[in-house]
Amino acid sequence: MKTRKNCSLAALCLVMVGLHLLTVLTGTQFYLTQLTMAAYYGLVVIGLGVLMGYAGQISIGHAGFFAIGGYLAAALTTRNLTLWQDVWAVQWLGSLGLLVTGHDIYGARLLTVSPWAACVFAISVAALVALVIGGPVLKLKGHYLAMATLGFGTIIYRIFLASPYFGEADGISEVPGFTLLPALGSFGPLVISGDADHRVLNFYLAWSVLILGMGLLLNLIGSRVGRALRSLHSSEEAAEACGVETARFKLRVFVLSAVYAAVAGVLLTHFNGGIGPSEASVMKSVRYVALVAVGGMINLWGTLIMGVGLTFLSLRGVFGVYDDAVFGLILIFVMLFAPEGILSLRLKPVLRRLFLGPQS
Amino acid sequence: MSRSNGEAQLLETATASDLQIPMLELNGVHKRFGGLHAVNNVSFKVAPGNIKAVIGPNGAGKTTLFNLIAGNLPVSAGAITFHGREIQGKKTHQIARLGMARTFQNIKLFHGMTALDCVMVGRHVQSRSGFFAGMCNLPSTWKEERANRERSMELLELLQIADLAHVEATSLAFGQQRAVEMARALAAEPQLLLLDEPAAGLNIYETAEVARLICMIRDMGITVLLVEHDMSLVMDISDEIVVLSFGSKIAEDTPPNIQKNAEVIKIYLGEDDEG
Repeated sequence: MKTRKNCSLAALCLVMVGLHLLTVLTGTQFYLTQLTMAAYYGLVVIGLGVLMGYAGQISIGHAGFFAIGGYLAAALTTRNLTLWQDVWAVQWLGSLGLLVTGHDIYGARLLTVSPWAACVFAISVAALVALVIGGPVLKLKGHYLAMATLGFGTIIYRIFLASPYFGEADGISEVPGFTLLPALGSFGPLVISGDADHRVLNFYLAWSVLILGMGLLLNLIGSRVGRALRSLHSSEEAAEACGVETARFKLRVFVLSAVYAAVAGVLLTHFNGGIGPSEASVMKSVRYVALVAVGGMINLWGTLIMGVGLTFLSLRGVFGVYDDAVFGLILIFVMLFAPEGILSLRLKPVLRRLFLGPQS
Repeated sequence: MSRSNGEAQLLETATASDLQIPMLELNGVHKRFGGLHAVNNVSFKVAPGNIKAVIGPNGAGKTTLFNLIAGNLPVSAGAITFHGREIQGKKTHQIARLGMARTFQNIKLFHGMTALDCVMVGRHVQSRSGFFAGMCNLPSTWKEERANRERSMELLELLQIADLAHVEATSLAFGQQRAVEMARALAAEPQLLLLDEPAAGLNIYETAEVARLICMIRDMGITVLLVEHDMSLVMDISDEIVVLSFGSKIAEDTPPNIQKNAEVIKIYLGEDDEG
């Protein structure tokens, strides 16, 4: 089983390289931009997949955690602190080396938080919010939990939409690139940004983060904790009787999936160079839920494939103006005809009947 | 295994004074649901290494009593002492960690998990690796995982369902599901095992097998408290029997004396309360 997991991850690495080669051979390197974005959205979806599919706790508020990560990273790395540079807190941050100076497009001096510090802060805040919200909310079950997380998502959306600090309806733009590692010797710097000359690098960075995230989650669901999560999904009473601290495990997996969403939010915001309130909207949360359902809930590979694949199609504009409607329809279709995910459908006999006629 | 072996040795060398510490002691336990006294001032003790049965007509409060002991329900009044520690008010998982395991009347196996995985959930209290160790697949988890797997397979073999280890547990036959639940409870290496109607829905051969199994569990040094409707099973294997009726204890004695007890015969055996 362990070797199968490693083989699958290796196959995913090959898929990554294969996709790059395919775009090179067909002269469609511009697809790499959407493939990069799809990988980050895929990270949100697999994190939610573990929460929903394995631990059985629905969340229709995960766009909120994505947005907390993205918005905080964007605000901290763009908002000019020059006016407050004499305040002790700003000076203290500066003495710790957490601030960077630069110049805006008009040449004025910019003093902002460094992307690394902003990243750590944004993810920590998302984790903390998940911890505080999750404590009371995860006592609810089923529809009630769905409604409560929906309410949370709506609140986060409204906060970002109404706050001038977060740019109201315009969101935040001009977010700088995120230098993960400075240039070392002959290697260039590892930068997350949307520059055309960083496109291939960013494709590989995003997919590496996705593969790493997938590997960690696959380890988790095969472990003692993974069994405990699946057990409390099925019967909290029986799980408790086996000694599983159900409340604590639910809370921890909720925080974990929020962190996955926040990491994706931070990285995608630096890649896109900005973030807008639509990233926090309820439709985004519903979309993540739909993607987990299409993938088959308790099937992390299906979730990954469907999450990345459908998101890529959506980002390429295949669904046109009906984008949100398509995801709503997908959710209905999956619930009616394939509750265990699209990949569970046995399409071969259906296709054979269609093309070869009924078998005698 | 080490704990149950140790327990067995302890029992062999125990003096009379040691045995006076009961495995489980209920003292004036009371449970009200609104105006209904589901469990009314019940007191009894379970001695270590014994098989004790709780019987009574339907609705006598047997399963409620089990839920009070296992911590699924809070007691309205009274004290429950497990191995010298008061456990009323503790959470179910805390009580489980102290060494109490249980099975359920309506089997509660985990959907989508193999029989082996279900039993390995039972090993939860015997292992400790958490989220971080699990996600990073730290070498420290490998040994623990292997030990859990081996012990779980041993228990499945003990219950003669080892060949079904990799079958989805909820798709098994009824008797096999009961066996998986029993293995899951034993996997926690408990000191006290609560069995809620272990023979319900089983045929006469399977019931005889359960009787043999419960005696074997007792011989492993595990104290057993069971609720059961099957009189032949209870009379054959129990060391002592508690009779409940409408939430109150009306008798507590050895099986032969219970069979002779006039009040028990009147409320339980003589009248048609069973239906």
